[in-house]
Amino acid sequence: MNTTVDARGFSCPQPVLMTLDEITKVDTGEIVVLVDTDTSKENVSRAATSKGWQVKDVQEEGEGYRITISKD
Amino acid sequence: MSQLKNFFATRWGIIAVGAFIGAFAPLLQEWGNPGNMGICVACFERDIAGAIGIHRAAVVQYMRPEIIGFVLGSLIAAYLFKEFRPRTGSAPIVRFVLGAFAMIGALVFLGCPWRALLRFAGGDGNAIFGLLGLIFGIWIGTRFFKSGYNLGRADKTYTSVGWLLPLIMLGFFILMLIFPPIQGEAKNGILFYSAKGPGSMHAPLIVSLLVGLAIGFLAQRSRFCTMGSFRDLILFRQTHLFSGLLAFAVVAFLANLMLGQFHPGFVNQPVAHTMSLWNFGGMVLAGLAFALAGGCPGRQLFMAGEGDGDAAIFVLGMIVGAGFSHNFGLASSSKGVGPYGVVAVIIGLLVCLFIGFTMRKK
Repeated sequence: MNTTVDARGFSCPQPVLMTLDEITKVDTGEIVVLVDTDTSKENVSRAATSKGWQVKDVQEEGEGYRITISKD
Repeated sequence: MSQLKNFFATRWGIIAVGAFIGAFAPLLQEWGNPGNMGICVACFERDIAGAIGIHRAAVVQYMRPEIIGFVLGSLIAAYLFKEFRPRTGSAPIVRFVLGAFAMIGALVFLGCPWRALLRFAGGDGNAIFGLLGLIFGIWIGTRFFKSGYNLGRADKTYTSVGWLLPLIMLGFFILMLIFPPIQGEAKNGILFYSAKGPGSMHAPLIVSLLVGLAIGFLAQRSRFCTMGSFRDLILFRQTHLFSGLLAFAVVAFLANLMLGQFHPGFVNQPVAHTMSLWNFGGMVLAGLAFALAGGCPGRQLFMAGEGDGDAAIFVLGMIVGAGFSHNFGLASSSKGVGPYGVVAVIIGLLVCLFIGFTMRKK
Protein backbone atom coordinates (compact mmCIF):
# COMPACT_ATOMS: atom_id res chain seq x y z
CA MET A 1 0.00 0.00 0.00
CA ASN A 2 1.17 3.51 -0.81
CA THR A 3 1.62 6.10 1.89
CA THR A 4 1.49 9.72 0.89
CA VAL A 5 3.39 12.58 2.49
CA ASP A 6 1.87 15.94 1.61
CA ALA A 7 4.65 18.47 2.11
CA ARG A 8 3.19 21.11 -0.20
CA GLY A 9 3.49 24.63 1.14
CA PHE A 10 6.21 23.74 3.59
CA SER A 11 9.70 25.13 3.16
CA CYS A 12 13.05 23.70 4.17
CA PRO A 13 13.66 21.55 6.13
CA GLN A 14 10.05 20.37 6.69
CA PRO A 15 9.58 18.28 3.52
CA VAL A 16 12.78 16.35 4.24
CA LEU A 17 11.87 15.87 7.92
CA MET A 18 8.40 14.62 6.97
CA THR A 19 9.84 12.22 4.40
CA LEU A 20 12.46 10.86 6.79
CA ASP A 21 9.79 10.40 9.49
CA GLU A 22 7.77 8.29 7.07
CA ILE A 23 10.84 6.34 5.99
CA THR A 24 11.57 5.40 9.61
CA LYS A 25 7.94 4.40 10.12
CA VAL A 26 7.49 2.10 7.13
CA ASP A 27 11.08 0.85 6.70
CA THR A 28 10.41 -0.60 3.23
CA GLY A 29 7.85 -0.22 0.45
CA GLU A 30 6.74 2.79 -1.51
CA ILE A 31 6.12 6.38 -0.42
CA VAL A 32 4.64 9.20 -2.45
CA VAL A 33 5.82 12.67 -1.49
CA LEU A 34 4.03 15.77 -2.74
CA VAL A 35 6.05 18.99 -2.85
CA ASP A 36 5.54 22.37 -4.50
CA THR A 37 9.03 23.73 -5.13
CA ASP A 38 12.03 22.51 -7.10
CA THR A 39 14.20 22.98 -4.01
CA SER A 40 12.01 20.60 -2.02
CA LYS A 41 11.99 18.13 -4.92
CA GLU A 42 15.80 18.05 -4.96
CA ASN A 43 16.11 17.94 -1.17
CA VAL A 44 13.60 15.12 -0.74
CA SER A 45 15.21 13.08 -3.54
CA ARG A 46 18.67 13.61 -2.08
CA ALA A 47 17.57 12.67 1.44
CA ALA A 48 15.75 9.54 0.27
CA THR A 49 18.75 8.39 -1.76
CA SER A 50 21.05 8.92 1.21
CA LYS A 51 18.82 6.58 3.27
CA GLY A 52 19.13 3.83 0.67
CA TRP A 53 15.78 4.53 -0.97
CA GLN A 54 15.32 4.81 -4.73
CA VAL A 55 13.65 7.70 -6.49
CA LYS A 56 11.36 5.72 -8.80
CA ASP A 57 9.43 8.50 -10.40
CA VAL A 58 9.06 12.27 -10.41
CA GLN A 59 6.01 13.73 -12.07
CA GLU A 60 4.78 17.27 -12.39
CA GLU A 61 1.44 17.55 -10.70
CA GLY A 62 -0.53 20.76 -10.44
CA GLU A 63 1.81 23.44 -9.20
CA GLY A 64 4.37 20.97 -7.88
CA TYR A 65 5.74 17.46 -8.06
CA ARG A 66 4.72 13.95 -7.11
CA ILE A 67 7.81 12.02 -6.09
CA THR A 68 7.63 8.26 -5.69
CA ILE A 69 10.39 6.68 -3.64
CA SER A 70 10.76 3.01 -2.85
CA LYS A 71 12.85 0.46 -1.04
CA ASP A 72 12.54 -3.34 -1.25
CA MET B 1 19.00 23.96 -20.35
CA SER B 2 17.94 20.89 -18.41
CA GLN B 3 21.51 19.68 -18.24
CA LEU B 4 22.57 22.97 -16.69
CA LYS B 5 19.65 22.72 -14.32
CA ASN B 6 20.88 19.37 -13.06
CA PHE B 7 24.45 20.56 -12.73
CA PHE B 8 23.79 23.20 -10.07
CA ALA B 9 21.83 20.74 -7.95
CA THR B 10 24.85 18.41 -7.87
CA ARG B 11 27.69 18.50 -5.41
CA TRP B 12 30.05 20.01 -7.98
CA GLY B 13 27.38 22.56 -8.78
CA ILE B 14 27.12 23.86 -5.24
CA ILE B 15 30.91 23.75 -4.86
CA ALA B 16 31.31 25.82 -8.02
CA VAL B 17 28.82 28.41 -6.78
CA GLY B 18 30.48 28.56 -3.33
CA ALA B 19 33.85 29.04 -5.02
CA PHE B 20 32.43 31.77 -7.29
CA ILE B 21 31.11 33.78 -4.33
CA GLY B 22 34.32 33.05 -2.40
CA ALA B 23 36.37 34.55 -5.23
CA PHE B 24 34.24 37.61 -5.92
CA ALA B 25 33.75 38.71 -2.30
CA PRO B 26 37.48 39.45 -1.74
CA LEU B 27 37.60 40.98 -5.23
CA LEU B 28 34.77 43.37 -4.34
CA GLN B 29 36.84 44.37 -1.32
CA GLU B 30 39.82 44.95 -3.62
CA TRP B 31 37.54 47.05 -5.85
CA GLY B 32 36.40 49.26 -2.98
CA ASN B 33 34.10 47.50 -0.51
CA PRO B 34 35.02 47.66 3.24
CA GLY B 35 37.54 45.34 4.91
CA ASN B 36 36.50 41.68 5.16
CA MET B 37 33.16 42.93 3.87
CA GLY B 38 33.33 42.19 0.17
CA ILE B 39 29.81 40.94 0.71
CA CYS B 40 27.82 41.05 3.94
CA VAL B 41 24.10 40.65 3.55
CA ALA B 42 23.29 41.99 7.03
CA CYS B 43 25.69 44.95 6.81
CA PHE B 44 24.57 45.82 3.30
CA GLU B 45 20.87 45.71 4.19
CA ARG B 46 21.78 47.90 7.16
CA ASP B 47 23.50 50.31 4.76
CA ILE B 48 20.34 50.35 2.62
CA ALA B 49 18.29 51.13 5.76
CA GLY B 50 20.71 54.03 6.27
CA ALA B 51 20.47 55.18 2.66
CA ILE B 52 16.71 55.63 2.98
CA GLY B 53 17.05 57.23 6.42
CA ILE B 54 15.51 54.50 8.60
CA HIS B 55 18.54 55.09 10.79
CA ARG B 56 20.89 58.07 10.80
CA ALA B 57 24.22 56.43 11.63
CA ALA B 58 26.24 58.59 9.27
CA VAL B 59 29.02 56.05 8.64
CA VAL B 60 26.81 53.22 7.34
CA GLN B 61 24.55 54.67 4.67
CA TYR B 62 24.77 53.42 1.09
CA MET B 63 22.31 51.87 -1.34
CA ARG B 64 24.22 48.61 -1.86
CA PRO B 65 23.69 47.39 -5.44
CA GLU B 66 24.84 43.88 -4.46
CA ILE B 67 21.62 43.32 -2.48
CA ILE B 68 19.50 44.65 -5.36
CA GLY B 69 21.41 42.30 -7.71
CA PHE B 70 20.85 39.29 -5.45
CA VAL B 71 17.08 39.65 -5.62
CA LEU B 72 16.88 40.53 -9.32
CA GLY B 73 19.44 37.87 -10.35
CA SER B 74 17.42 35.26 -8.52
CA LEU B 75 14.22 36.53 -10.15
CA ILE B 76 15.80 36.21 -13.61
CA ALA B 77 17.02 32.67 -12.90
CA ALA B 78 13.66 31.65 -11.45
CA TYR B 79 11.86 32.85 -14.58
CA LEU B 80 14.38 31.34 -17.03
CA PHE B 81 14.09 27.95 -15.37
CA LYS B 82 10.35 28.16 -14.68
CA GLU B 83 10.80 28.11 -10.93
CA PHE B 84 9.08 31.39 -10.11
CA ARG B 85 6.40 30.37 -7.63
CA PRO B 86 4.52 33.19 -5.92
CA ARG B 87 3.61 32.00 -2.42
CA THR B 88 2.99 33.49 1.00
CA GLY B 89 1.01 33.05 4.18
CA SER B 90 3.34 31.00 6.37
CA ALA B 91 3.25 33.12 9.53
CA PRO B 92 4.44 36.39 7.93
CA ILE B 93 4.49 38.41 11.18
CA VAL B 94 6.73 35.79 12.80
CA ARG B 95 9.13 36.06 9.87
CA PHE B 96 9.21 39.83 10.24
CA VAL B 97 10.09 39.58 13.95
CA LEU B 98 12.70 36.87 13.28
CA GLY B 99 14.22 39.07 10.57
CA ALA B 100 14.43 42.06 12.89
CA PHE B 101 16.10 40.09 15.70
CA ALA B 102 18.39 38.27 13.26
CA MET B 103 19.66 41.69 12.17
CA ILE B 104 20.03 42.89 15.77
CA GLY B 105 22.10 39.80 16.61
CA ALA B 106 24.19 40.04 13.45
CA LEU B 107 25.00 43.70 14.14
CA VAL B 108 26.18 42.87 17.67
CA PHE B 109 28.71 40.52 16.05
CA LEU B 110 29.10 42.80 13.02
CA GLY B 111 28.31 40.49 10.17
CA CYS B 112 26.00 37.92 8.63
CA PRO B 113 27.17 34.29 8.26
CA TRP B 114 28.78 35.19 4.91
CA ARG B 115 30.81 37.92 6.54
CA ALA B 116 31.66 35.69 9.51
CA LEU B 117 33.32 33.36 7.01
CA LEU B 118 34.91 36.24 5.10
CA ARG B 119 36.29 37.72 8.35
CA PHE B 120 37.72 34.31 9.24
CA ALA B 121 39.15 33.94 5.73
CA GLY B 122 40.74 37.39 6.13
CA GLY B 123 42.49 36.38 9.36
CA ASP B 124 40.09 37.98 11.87
CA GLY B 125 40.24 35.61 14.87
CA ASN B 126 37.16 37.21 16.47
CA ALA B 127 35.12 35.60 13.70
CA ILE B 128 35.77 32.19 15.31
CA PHE B 129 33.51 33.18 18.22
CA GLY B 130 30.88 34.43 15.80
CA LEU B 131 30.98 31.19 13.82
CA LEU B 132 30.73 29.11 17.00
CA GLY B 133 27.77 31.21 18.08
CA LEU B 134 26.16 30.76 14.67
CA ILE B 135 26.54 26.99 14.85
CA PHE B 136 25.19 26.89 18.41
CA GLY B 137 22.19 29.03 17.45
CA ILE B 138 21.42 26.77 14.49
CA TRP B 139 21.80 23.73 16.75
CA ILE B 140 19.13 25.13 19.09
CA GLY B 141 16.96 25.62 15.99
CA THR B 142 17.38 21.96 14.98
CA ARG B 143 16.16 20.89 18.45
CA PHE B 144 12.95 22.82 17.77
CA PHE B 145 12.60 21.19 14.35
CA LYS B 146 12.99 17.78 15.97
CA SER B 147 10.20 18.58 18.39
CA GLY B 148 7.73 19.60 15.69
CA TYR B 149 8.37 23.32 15.22
CA ASN B 150 7.19 24.76 11.93
CA LEU B 151 5.62 27.97 10.70
CA GLY B 152 2.86 26.28 8.73
CA ARG B 153 2.14 26.01 5.03
CA ALA B 154 2.47 28.79 2.52
CA ASP B 155 -0.21 29.16 -0.15
CA LYS B 156 0.08 29.87 -3.82
CA THR B 157 -0.82 33.46 -4.52
CA TYR B 158 -0.94 36.16 -7.21
CA THR B 159 2.14 36.59 -9.36
CA SER B 160 2.31 40.24 -8.35
CA VAL B 161 2.82 39.26 -4.69
CA GLY B 162 6.06 37.57 -5.66
CA TRP B 163 7.04 40.62 -7.67
CA LEU B 164 6.77 43.16 -4.84
CA LEU B 165 10.20 42.78 -3.26
CA PRO B 166 11.96 42.64 -6.66
CA LEU B 167 10.03 45.80 -7.59
CA ILE B 168 11.06 47.51 -4.35
CA MET B 169 14.67 46.63 -5.19
CA LEU B 170 14.24 47.93 -8.71
CA GLY B 171 12.79 51.11 -7.22
CA PHE B 172 15.81 51.46 -4.94
CA PHE B 173 18.07 51.10 -7.97
CA ILE B 174 16.19 53.75 -9.92
CA LEU B 175 16.43 56.09 -6.92
CA MET B 176 20.15 55.50 -6.93
CA LEU B 177 20.37 56.45 -10.60
CA ILE B 178 18.31 59.61 -10.01
CA PHE B 179 20.29 60.54 -6.88
CA PRO B 180 23.78 59.06 -7.33
CA PRO B 181 26.43 59.47 -4.64
CA ILE B 182 28.42 62.71 -4.81
CA GLN B 183 31.99 62.48 -3.50
CA GLY B 184 32.17 63.91 0.03
CA GLU B 185 28.45 64.76 0.21
CA ALA B 186 26.25 63.18 2.92
CA LYS B 187 23.09 63.40 0.87
CA ASN B 188 21.83 63.67 -2.68
CA GLY B 189 18.13 64.40 -3.01
CA ILE B 190 16.33 61.95 -0.72
CA LEU B 191 19.13 59.39 -0.40
CA PHE B 192 21.72 59.42 2.38
CA TYR B 193 25.34 58.57 1.60
CA SER B 194 28.21 58.12 4.07
CA ALA B 195 30.98 60.64 3.47
CA LYS B 196 33.32 58.53 5.63
CA GLY B 197 33.37 55.12 7.31
CA PRO B 198 32.37 51.72 5.89
CA GLY B 199 29.35 53.22 4.11
CA SER B 200 31.66 55.40 2.02
CA MET B 201 33.66 52.40 0.84
CA HIS B 202 32.19 50.71 -2.16
CA ALA B 203 33.10 49.15 -5.48
CA PRO B 204 31.89 50.98 -8.62
CA LEU B 205 28.10 50.80 -8.91
CA ILE B 206 28.02 48.78 -12.11
CA VAL B 207 30.57 46.25 -10.82
CA SER B 208 28.62 45.75 -7.57
CA LEU B 209 25.40 45.31 -9.50
CA LEU B 210 26.81 42.83 -12.02
CA VAL B 211 28.46 40.69 -9.36
CA GLY B 212 25.25 40.84 -7.34
CA LEU B 213 23.18 39.74 -10.33
CA ALA B 214 25.56 36.86 -11.11
CA ILE B 215 25.56 35.65 -7.50
CA GLY B 216 21.77 35.98 -7.29
CA PHE B 217 21.39 33.95 -10.47
CA LEU B 218 23.81 31.18 -9.41
CA ALA B 219 22.60 30.99 -5.82
CA GLN B 220 19.00 30.61 -6.96
CA ARG B 221 20.03 27.68 -9.13
CA SER B 222 22.15 25.99 -6.47
CA ARG B 223 20.12 26.92 -3.30
CA PHE B 224 23.37 28.09 -1.66
CA CYS B 225 22.64 28.69 2.05
CA THR B 226 25.08 29.11 4.93
CA MET B 227 22.52 28.42 7.67
CA GLY B 228 21.22 25.39 5.76
CA SER B 229 24.79 24.08 5.49
CA PHE B 230 25.12 23.71 9.24
CA ARG B 231 21.46 22.80 9.77
CA ASP B 232 21.53 19.91 7.30
CA LEU B 233 24.81 18.71 8.73
CA ILE B 234 23.43 18.70 12.29
CA LEU B 235 19.91 17.55 11.47
CA PHE B 236 20.47 15.02 8.67
CA ARG B 237 24.25 14.47 8.56
CA GLN B 238 24.03 15.79 5.00
CA THR B 239 27.07 17.51 3.54
CA HIS B 240 25.58 18.79 0.28
CA LEU B 241 25.13 22.48 1.17
CA PHE B 242 28.11 22.34 3.50
CA SER B 243 30.44 21.52 0.62
CA GLY B 244 29.37 24.81 -0.98
CA LEU B 245 30.09 26.70 2.24
CA LEU B 246 33.50 25.03 2.52
CA ALA B 247 34.36 25.98 -1.08
CA PHE B 248 33.28 29.55 -0.31
CA ALA B 249 35.57 29.79 2.74
CA VAL B 250 38.59 28.09 1.16
CA VAL B 251 38.48 30.12 -2.05
CA ALA B 252 37.93 33.36 -0.08
CA PHE B 253 41.01 32.51 2.02
CA LEU B 254 43.14 31.83 -1.06
CA ALA B 255 41.87 34.96 -2.79
CA ASN B 256 42.68 37.04 0.31
CA LEU B 257 46.20 35.59 0.32
CA MET B 258 46.70 36.45 -3.33
CA LEU B 259 45.26 39.96 -2.95
CA GLY B 260 47.31 40.69 0.18
CA GLN B 261 44.12 40.94 2.27
CA PHE B 262 44.99 38.23 4.81
CA HIS B 263 45.99 39.77 8.16
CA PRO B 264 45.84 37.25 11.01
CA GLY B 265 45.09 38.54 14.51
CA PHE B 266 42.39 39.69 16.91
CA VAL B 267 42.95 43.42 17.42
CA ASN B 268 42.45 46.22 14.92
CA GLN B 269 40.55 44.03 12.50
CA PRO B 270 38.38 46.00 10.07
CA VAL B 271 34.81 46.68 11.28
CA ALA B 272 35.15 44.27 14.21
CA HIS B 273 35.44 44.28 18.00
CA THR B 274 37.16 41.90 20.41
CA MET B 275 34.38 41.22 22.94
CA SER B 276 34.36 37.47 22.36
CA LEU B 277 31.34 36.65 24.50
CA TRP B 278 29.13 39.03 22.53
CA ASN B 279 30.64 38.05 19.19
CA PHE B 280 29.40 34.61 20.21
CA GLY B 281 26.11 35.76 21.77
CA GLY B 282 25.09 38.00 18.87
CA MET B 283 25.50 35.15 16.42
CA VAL B 284 23.65 32.66 18.64
CA LEU B 285 20.66 34.97 18.29
CA ALA B 286 21.18 35.46 14.55
CA GLY B 287 21.77 31.73 13.92
CA LEU B 288 18.65 30.74 15.85
CA ALA B 289 16.52 33.34 14.05
CA PHE B 290 17.84 32.22 10.63
CA ALA B 291 17.18 28.58 11.51
CA LEU B 292 13.63 29.26 12.69
CA ALA B 293 12.96 31.27 9.51
CA GLY B 294 14.47 28.63 7.21
CA GLY B 295 17.38 30.45 5.61
CA CYS B 296 20.41 32.67 6.03
CA PRO B 297 19.94 36.31 5.00
CA GLY B 298 21.39 35.64 1.54
CA ARG B 299 19.06 32.71 0.97
CA GLN B 300 16.08 34.81 2.10
CA LEU B 301 16.91 37.31 -0.67
CA PHE B 302 17.18 34.53 -3.26
CA MET B 303 13.89 32.96 -2.13
CA ALA B 304 12.23 36.37 -2.25
CA GLY B 305 13.47 36.64 -5.84
CA GLU B 306 11.75 33.38 -6.77
CA GLY B 307 8.41 34.57 -5.42
CA ASP B 308 8.47 33.67 -1.73
CA GLY B 309 6.54 36.49 -0.06
CA ASP B 310 7.39 35.20 3.43
CA ALA B 311 11.11 35.44 2.71
CA ALA B 312 10.45 38.98 1.45
CA ILE B 313 8.85 39.82 4.80
CA PHE B 314 11.95 38.46 6.56
CA VAL B 315 14.11 40.77 4.42
CA LEU B 316 11.95 43.78 5.33
CA GLY B 317 12.17 42.68 8.98
CA MET B 318 15.96 42.75 8.71
CA ILE B 319 15.97 46.24 7.18
CA VAL B 320 13.67 47.56 9.91
CA GLY B 321 15.72 45.68 12.51
CA ALA B 322 18.77 47.61 11.30
CA GLY B 323 16.85 50.79 12.07
CA PHE B 324 16.21 49.62 15.64
CA SER B 325 19.84 48.52 15.96
CA HIS B 326 21.28 51.92 15.20
CA ASN B 327 18.52 54.13 16.61
CA PHE B 328 18.53 52.30 19.96
CA GLY B 329 22.29 51.89 20.33
CA LEU B 330 22.18 48.10 19.91
CA ALA B 331 24.72 47.76 17.10
CA SER B 332 28.39 47.27 17.91
CA SER B 333 31.26 49.34 16.59
CA SER B 334 35.01 48.73 16.55
CA LYS B 335 34.99 49.95 20.19
CA GLY B 336 32.71 47.11 21.30
CA VAL B 337 29.02 46.40 21.77
CA GLY B 338 26.54 49.28 21.84
CA PRO B 339 25.09 50.51 25.17
CA TYR B 340 21.95 48.37 24.86
CA GLY B 341 23.31 45.58 22.64
CA VAL B 342 23.56 42.95 25.37
CA VAL B 343 20.00 43.53 26.61
CA ALA B 344 18.72 43.35 23.03
CA VAL B 345 20.46 40.00 22.44
CA ILE B 346 18.91 38.56 25.60
CA ILE B 347 15.43 39.83 24.68
CA GLY B 348 15.90 38.49 21.15
CA LEU B 349 16.85 35.04 22.44
CA LEU B 350 13.78 35.00 24.70
CA VAL B 351 11.55 35.96 21.76
CA CYS B 352 13.08 33.22 19.58
CA LEU B 353 12.61 30.64 22.35
CA PHE B 354 9.00 31.79 22.75
CA ILE B 355 8.46 31.30 19.01
CA GLY B 356 10.25 27.95 19.00
CA PHE B 357 8.39 26.51 21.99
CA THR B 358 4.92 27.74 21.11
CA MET B 359 4.84 26.98 17.38
CA ARG B 360 5.10 23.23 17.44
CA LYS B 361 2.73 20.68 15.98
CA LYS B 362 2.65 17.02 16.85
